[in-house]
Amino acid sequence: MSLIVRGGRILDANAHADSGRPADLRVADGLITHVVEPGRELPAADQELDASDCVVTSGFVDLHVHLREPGREESETIETGSRAAAKGGFTAVIAMPNTEPPHDSRIVVDFVREQGRRAGLCEVVPSGCITMDRAGERLAPFAELQAAGVHLFTDDGSGVQDAQLMRRALEYSRDLGVTLAQHCEVVSLTVGAVMHEGSCCSRLGLPGWPALAEELMVHRDIELCRLTGAGMHFLHLSTARSVELVRAAKADGLAITAEVAPHHFSLTDELLSGFDPVFKVNPPLRTPADIAALKEGLADGTIDAIATDHAPHAERLKEQPLDQAPPGMLGLETALGVSLTELVDTGLMTLRQVVAALSWNPARIARLADRHGRPVSVGEPANLTVFDPTATWEVDPSTLASRSRNTPYRGRVLRGRVRHTIYEGVAVVVDGEAIQ
Amino acid sequence: MKHVRSISEIGTEGVVRILRTARHMEAVNSRPVPKVPALVGRTVVSLFFEDSTRTRISFETAARRLSADTVNFSVSTSSLNKGESLRDTIETVSAMGAAVFVVRHRTSGVPWQISEWTDASIVNAGDGWHQHPTQALLDCYTVMARRGLDPSPECLAGLRIAIVGDSRHSRVARSCLEAFSGLGAEVVLVGPATLLPPDTTSWTVSTSTSLDDVLPEVDVVYMLRMQRERMNEALVPDLAEYSRRFGLDETRWSRTRPDTLLMHPGPMNRGVEMMFDPSSTTQSAIIDQVTHGISVRMAVLFELLASGDEVPS
Repeated sequence: MSLIVRGGRILDANAHADSGRPADLRVADGLITHVVEPGRELPAADQELDASDCVVTSGFVDLHVHLREPGREESETIETGSRAAAKGGFTAVIAMPNTEPPHDSRIVVDFVREQGRRAGLCEVVPSGCITMDRAGERLAPFAELQAAGVHLFTDDGSGVQDAQLMRRALEYSRDLGVTLAQHCEVVSLTVGAVMHEGSCCSRLGLPGWPALAEELMVHRDIELCRLTGAGMHFLHLSTARSVELVRAAKADGLAITAEVAPHHFSLTDELLSGFDPVFKVNPPLRTPADIAALKEGLADGTIDAIATDHAPHAERLKEQPLDQAPPGMLGLETALGVSLTELVDTGLMTLRQVVAALSWNPARIARLADRHGRPVSVGEPANLTVFDPTATWEVDPSTLASRSRNTPYRGRVLRGRVRHTIYEGVAVVVDGEAIQ
Repeated sequence: MKHVRSISEIGTEGVVRILRTARHMEAVNSRPVPKVPALVGRTVVSLFFEDSTRTRISFETAARRLSADTVNFSVSTSSLNKGESLRDTIETVSAMGAAVFVVRHRTSGVPWQISEWTDASIVNAGDGWHQHPTQALLDCYTVMARRGLDPSPECLAGLRIAIVGDSRHSRVARSCLEAFSGLGAEVVLVGPATLLPPDTTSWTVSTSTSLDDVLPEVDVVYMLRMQRERMNEALVPDLAEYSRRFGLDETRWSRTRPDTLLMHPGPMNRGVEMMFDPSSTTQSAIIDQVTHGISVRMAVLFELLASGDEVPS
């Protein structure tokens, strides 16, 4: 299998110019075999992809997706989620552990990886639980799961509440070469919470999720890292104060990394005013001031990665009253468009900075940097994304590849769209459409 | 208007219109046969996912006085207990020809979700801690009637109204403060900080944690029902302590002005927020509230289904 990508501009970690450098490239048997000046002759290939007006980058890596399989296939399967990922330009996704059963045993993580392989649209990398059954009581077998290819551990969906247990998780895993990732939420402060605690929740009469519930755990874990010498990744940060805490911890030299979800830097709590559960998410949508701080954190490098927290839910589940409707929103297929619209069009970040947050930074955090987020040069694995940074499109839920429809961006016009995705040398998305 | 789901949605204009219509309805209700044919053939469905006999009866009485057919969809015996979704229930009942759903639900926002699935009008009879607009309308009507005021956009201007108790968890408080202040009144929420809304900046209200400070300077004391389950959430130490600070007894009441009105949405928690018998004072408007509830709910149904028609006389 070979293919040629013609007419694009290469943008990778080595790129000098933010617009990338014009080049054609050829891929064969999973590797990049040629990178040449535009129009130069290349050996023949089975397929030719048009990349005119497009940027060619290493494939995106999503640190945070819920693929729902096993257990909740009504909302998503690994195949449909992989297709959504590929359409969004992702060549690797980290599958969160809150499936049924959860990722606390080798048999489950092997199954998830194998289902990903079978779909063949991107690399599905299972995360592992920090605690057995995500119950926050006993540690999961880190080394055994690591041997099965797990590099990132989290109880996502909930945070580890017990400080002693979290301390031990950090100490025990410190020298294994894995990443611990925390969902920061002190649950005693969020009982029954539906949305951000503030003037909007007060007006709507909905139980509030105070920013403090996140910030307290961010602060605790930073201090635990300081104590233990371990590192830590913070999932889906949503508040201005969390950004400040991480900025200070990094300045102190702690091995902290952090991600933010596109919905948290593009949507506010006011959207709940119409009581549509599609806008219920955990942590919740917050205020314009939080959005500004999250964007600033991304721009100055305090926040390393953009991760979607793609959380599909079947329509019938989202049609329940707000207290019963599950939290979460789709993200894979809109991440690039939202990021470019909110961050690049506004002049806050360069295209290269956004690609760093979508590709090589998360690849490093996920410990996948041997095959994802690589330079676009000869001999490298061909995990590539080709996107048009100026193409505008309107989000139509019915055209999404996910099995669910709970996108908060229905009807929004976004700028920036994936044209082709190449995974292990195969064009899995061509002209915006996934293969098969 | 299409729905009556919140005070802010119908706006001051809608509030005034309903209050004006309610006056005509009160005239109907004072006749020997308090019934008019305005809504013959229209079906009003009560959909109470949370029990409230007094509110439901008030709506059904209002509907019948306008000659509408009334259907009570009793949730406890319905298929919702057999796993049917909210949406299926609404679509099914809607297909039977409901013109209005009167909805009560324990979760904020359900009246908005429901209106996506039916063409019928929705009257919110209470959603979570959010809104109970007909309660606020009948309370405005009661204050106006007691003060001899006519419905107009500034008719409560100059009045100071204290809403006392658990406003954090109260749809009555949220509706009333929006309705009262929309008509020009000055509203103060009184209660311990744990029972006040976490953030009041989106309203024009003030707050106080001292009932004693507020009582001498207000025109209306609106007492909220204190729910016993709040004790389990450590929001107040215990009911006795709550009564000591925020309960109304004769001594406290004697410090109000002679024309201050006493109101309560019912049902009263005697011995908790109400430590004396309100019927002992002519300042109490609590029974008026119940009576005016019928006229105001008639006005709401009339405005939804027969707006523009001549008000029956």
